[in-house]
Amino acid sequence: MSGWRGGWRGLIVPAVLLLLGEAAFRVFGYVGDTLAPPSAIFRGFAEAIGDGTMVATTLQTFATVLGGTVLGAVFGVVVGCALGFWNLLYRFAYITIECLRPIPSVALLPLSLMIFGFGYKMEIAIVGFATAWPFLILTYSAISQVEPRLLEVAKVFGFGPFQTAWKLVLPAAAPRLMTALRLCIGIALVVAVTTEIVSNPQGLGHELMIAQETLRPHRMLAYLVLVGVIGWGLNNLLLALQSWMFRHRGEIDTEVAA
Amino acid sequence: MSGNSGSVVIEFRDVGLYLGGKEITQNIEFNVRKGEFVCVIGASGCGKTTLLRLVSGLYQPTTGSVYVDGKKVEGPSRDVAIVFQDYSRALLPWRTAAGNVSLALEAIGVPRSERADRINALLGKVGLAQHAAKYPSQLSGGMQQRLQIARSLAQGASILLMDEPFGALDAMTRQSLQDEVLDLAADSGATVLFVTHDLEEALYLGDRVVALYSNPGRIARIVDIPLTRPRNQLSTREEPDFLHLRRELFGLMEEIHA
Repeated sequence: MSGWRGGWRGLIVPAVLLLLGEAAFRVFGYVGDTLAPPSAIFRGFAEAIGDGTMVATTLQTFATVLGGTVLGAVFGVVVGCALGFWNLLYRFAYITIECLRPIPSVALLPLSLMIFGFGYKMEIAIVGFATAWPFLILTYSAISQVEPRLLEVAKVFGFGPFQTAWKLVLPAAAPRLMTALRLCIGIALVVAVTTEIVSNPQGLGHELMIAQETLRPHRMLAYLVLVGVIGWGLNNLLLALQSWMFRHRGEIDTEVAA
Repeated sequence: MSGNSGSVVIEFRDVGLYLGGKEITQNIEFNVRKGEFVCVIGASGCGKTTLLRLVSGLYQPTTGSVYVDGKKVEGPSRDVAIVFQDYSRALLPWRTAAGNVSLALEAIGVPRSERADRINALLGKVGLAQHAAKYPSQLSGGMQQRLQIARSLAQGASILLMDEPFGALDAMTRQSLQDEVLDLAADSGATVLFVTHDLEEALYLGDRVVALYSNPGRIARIVDIPLTRPRNQLSTREEPDFLHLRRELFGLMEEIHA
């Protein structure tokens, strides 16, 4: 599997870094509010799992990542398909899209906060906005890059637009759509945690901030590690799913990093 | 089979085509009779493939008309099937061999309950009965092209267009596929218009050979091939008529390429 492409050798560097870090703390005896030795970070994990906050906040962040990605996917894939099928529509819409797309999703925080208040809705809206554009662009390009020969096959068989889309275009675009999903899940996690750090009082980002503000760096770093592990895990899960789903096809682009 | 007697099924009447301001074909005029096997040869870029696209309705002529069964061609028809050279792009990589054949049956509205038997029969005809559950990526080039042939037969068309179908295959595979196509055409009584750049292939397969000049594509010569059927890879290619025609057309081909 791609995440383990280097096999067990990939684990050597992190293990050595952990040992060096621990040794440095022991030798130089650092005590402070920003860093903590690996052993303390493990203790931070144990504490946060023990009092239930780690599981609860992880589920909160997961819920917004999923909700926001679904929202972004529905909008982005539907609009991206429409633009891919009807090129005239693309010509009408592209300037609007190119103007909306560069807006940093976090810049919508004040607006979303005013509309929805604190909680899931405002965060899902922001994650949805952040993921909608990559979904839209990648769907559009997936549809427009469908092998022209397949479209001729559809014509020769006399398929109408609906059958052509359902039987040929969408299945042909499916691997690229899965790549879009994988990239967007990564973006969703970044945006969700950022929103939680900046304002929304829930989830992993908020918990990370609380740990920092209450001067518990070992706990803060435990959350930091957790966010990294979740991102890595989601990507690998989707990569595995992708290569399983499309195992019969010759060429697929599972190599794009998230 | 070699028919001076059959009725005309494909008719080119003074056909000219411009694409993007460039003249692709000029004054194409010839007929193909029912059950005839006609080969079109010429240098690459001489508009051989264009002739097939005109018959299949993928292109509309700029001047003149193409008639199939006495009706002017205005779009793809169920009665005209086409086999593309690039089998790997024309097949659906997400469908098994059976699924690919099924596509043609779906196109002509065969009820689901009847599809399985017909798929088995068609795959049997091209020697792929054992490979129904395999995906195109698991088949060799020759098998993929056999699969595409089975798919076009599934359409039940009486006219089969073949666009350099064996161009990408090795010599041995090409020879066995040539014989299989001759058998299939003889069994079904289909009319075949077969494009190739290989002079010997054209002589071996055809009842008549249409040779084209390039830039723009226009008819250089139409030659009857009086070789007996069934043809045989060894004895046919040693017949005096074969050698004589090969010599005669070889000179013409050199002139065409000059």
